[in-house]
Amino acid sequence: MEAITSMEQLQRYRDRLQARQKRDLAAVLVCCGTGCLAKGALKVADAFKAEFESKRIKANIDIGLKTTGCHGYCANGPLVVLRPKDILYHKVQPEDVPEIVERSLKGSEVIERLIYQDPDTKESIADFHQIPFYKYQVRIALRNIGIIDPTEIDDYILQGGYHTLAKALRMNPDAIIAEIEASGLRGRGGGGFPTATKWKSAKAIQSDVRYVICNGDEGDPGAFMDGATMQGDPHAIIEGMIIGAYAIGSNQGYIYVRDEYPLAVKNLAIAVKAVREKGFLGKDILGSGFAFDIKISRGGGAFVCGESSALMRSVEGKVGEPRAKYIRSVEKGLYDKPTVLNNVETWANVPIIIEKGGAWYASYGTKGSKGTKVFSLVGKVNNTGLVEVPMGISIRKLIEEIGGGVLSGKRFKAVQTGGPSGGCIPERLSDLPIDFDSLTDVGSMMGSGGIIVMDEETCMVDVAKYFIGFLVGESCGKCTPCRDGLRRMLDVLIDITEGRGKETDVAVLEELCDVLTWGALCGLGTSAANPVLSTIKYFREEYDAHIKDKQCPAGVCKALITYSIDAEACTGCTLCAKKCPQKCITGERKKAHVIDTEQCIKCGVCKDVCNFNAVRVA
Amino acid sequence: MIEVKKVDAIINRYEKSEESLLAILQDFQREFHYVPEEGMQRLSEVMNVSESKIYAMGTFYKTLSLTPRGKHTIKVCTGTACHLKGANQILETLERGLKIRRNSTTKNLNFTLECVNCLGTCAMAPVVVVNEDYYGSVRPSKIMDVLKKYK
Repeated sequence: MEAITSMEQLQRYRDRLQARQKRDLAAVLVCCGTGCLAKGALKVADAFKAEFESKRIKANIDIGLKTTGCHGYCANGPLVVLRPKDILYHKVQPEDVPEIVERSLKGSEVIERLIYQDPDTKESIADFHQIPFYKYQVRIALRNIGIIDPTEIDDYILQGGYHTLAKALRMNPDAIIAEIEASGLRGRGGGGFPTATKWKSAKAIQSDVRYVICNGDEGDPGAFMDGATMQGDPHAIIEGMIIGAYAIGSNQGYIYVRDEYPLAVKNLAIAVKAVREKGFLGKDILGSGFAFDIKISRGGGAFVCGESSALMRSVEGKVGEPRAKYIRSVEKGLYDKPTVLNNVETWANVPIIIEKGGAWYASYGTKGSKGTKVFSLVGKVNNTGLVEVPMGISIRKLIEEIGGGVLSGKRFKAVQTGGPSGGCIPERLSDLPIDFDSLTDVGSMMGSGGIIVMDEETCMVDVAKYFIGFLVGESCGKCTPCRDGLRRMLDVLIDITEGRGKETDVAVLEELCDVLTWGALCGLGTSAANPVLSTIKYFREEYDAHIKDKQCPAGVCKALITYSIDAEACTGCTLCAKKCPQKCITGERKKAHVIDTEQCIKCGVCKDVCNFNAVRVA
Repeated sequence: MIEVKKVDAIINRYEKSEESLLAILQDFQREFHYVPEEGMQRLSEVMNVSESKIYAMGTFYKTLSLTPRGKHTIKVCTGTACHLKGANQILETLERGLKIRRNSTTKNLNFTLECVNCLGTCAMAPVVVVNEDYYGSVRPSKIMDVLKKYK
């Protein structure tokens, strides 16, 4: 493949690609995001290939066929989209494929059992844009994901890819920064620092070398938007980085990607290679004289490496320990040179802002938080998946309308945002608009965009213990408040959840939180108080129930609960007795069974196997 | 016994720069299922970096293990969504069934049981991954049966 050396040549190349494509070609898009893959999407894609072959259909000539990144609606995977009508088929199995080809591709029928059905109205909806999960979304950062094949650079170019780069290379670098400033874009990794300010600061420092870095070390548990972007639209990130590098005068970039995302690593590597071959990376990019290249660094499974200074040490091939914040990485970052580090989603937004203008982007969102944000909506919610919505949407709308409400009709209790650095927001505050500042005001934070829905069966003390336990495991150990303070907090929380809580414990926790907030070296420690303080603030009664009454109201904390069998509901089917690993359930066939609580290890197997919902936890 | 040839082949894939250290250690991990001492020593010679520095990396990064792992790796996702949906019960069932603690290996080197922070497949929570196979909505009563096919 010959390199493309000018804007005109790029335009001609795209025209040729377009000419080759039939207009409104029927096409099958098989979602191969991590969720769908885990549910067997590859087998579905293979079944389409085989079916095409056996029916003598030429893939991508008669009917298009491609695998895409995450389409978002993970709860209903494997997903298949049929273009041009954008019909979304849910939970597609390889056995469904011949019927889809026959009826929906060769014919134009919609297969009723595979499309969305509204759980309340029972109305069937074929066009995915009309499904509530998609209807309220505005897909800007996710614009290409689920539409393009991320391993084909031509697919991205067809969508207008790298044209913005060509445009940017003819702009004055300062005009690019001004456009980003006008867009109001703030860092999508969690901190929400204004992107343009960061770029300007790095540019203002006198230096022969500057670096740009993409932070793809998405470590927050329950957040997978960056993984989906790296996997599903790697070129948007790369194009954003080249534009950013040109704006600040950098010739070398790094993408630091989490090694737990093997597909993201693979697709990024394919993309970087293809971009280099096309000549959008390397020397004299598109005839502009500007030179830039990108290296990919794989992370090593250390959460703290999502912190910018730790990440830079890790890229350098060192142990990823953070350093004190008074040294700013825009001045002394990677190899002590001025460095701009932005998150995946931030970079992916850059090309479209330059293409459509800062004012266009700023027309979405709220006063202080412009644009859209991608969230991963997970936990006790019906429509688990990835969504992109304008900043300022209320928590309630996100969960009830897009998320389809809480699982099994249970009571919605709280949402947790911001990962281990964030907090829990109670149901009564759910009309709160989701933006950087509102979330911080109530003691949580935006973080990278994980929204974890909790219901009445979630114990808030256990949640605090979970996050502190997570952070104990991830603290790098360099500073004392974080290394020892977190450990003490965990000890206290374990005591509370195991029935040894003391009246003074909450005060001890609050004091330790204070020490961490003011004394820790990096963001991991300074924000670690949030999960504890927010649960104390909004769910104090649960702490009291554990400490004073030795009870866990949600029925989670093992030491404080007992399993029993409701004699009314038990049919004496004996299944639990057979499955109990302790053999501590007894009873005659067709008569109510009894659990010997002395022997019971509370493993949950009896509740899990009972078909009559007769096992009680209290 | 670790083959020197394999070690060198991995090292030679990369630039002779400190930047490559982590990637090389990860490739060791993938090839040998752990980071062997011989590999670290060789890396130290070739890259002219002290052994202690390489050892520090080996102990710092979670994806690296300095002891041999089992033939099959069981990863229990303990991300927030999986935690809320009972990952702990799954983990405890596995610990009981395999008679090992989390983050350790069975005596016969057949299974290594690990926790991972989040695999990004929250729609299937709780998730267990055995080698490359994903199991979603896992239940404590079923998980030991799943392992039967991994011998």
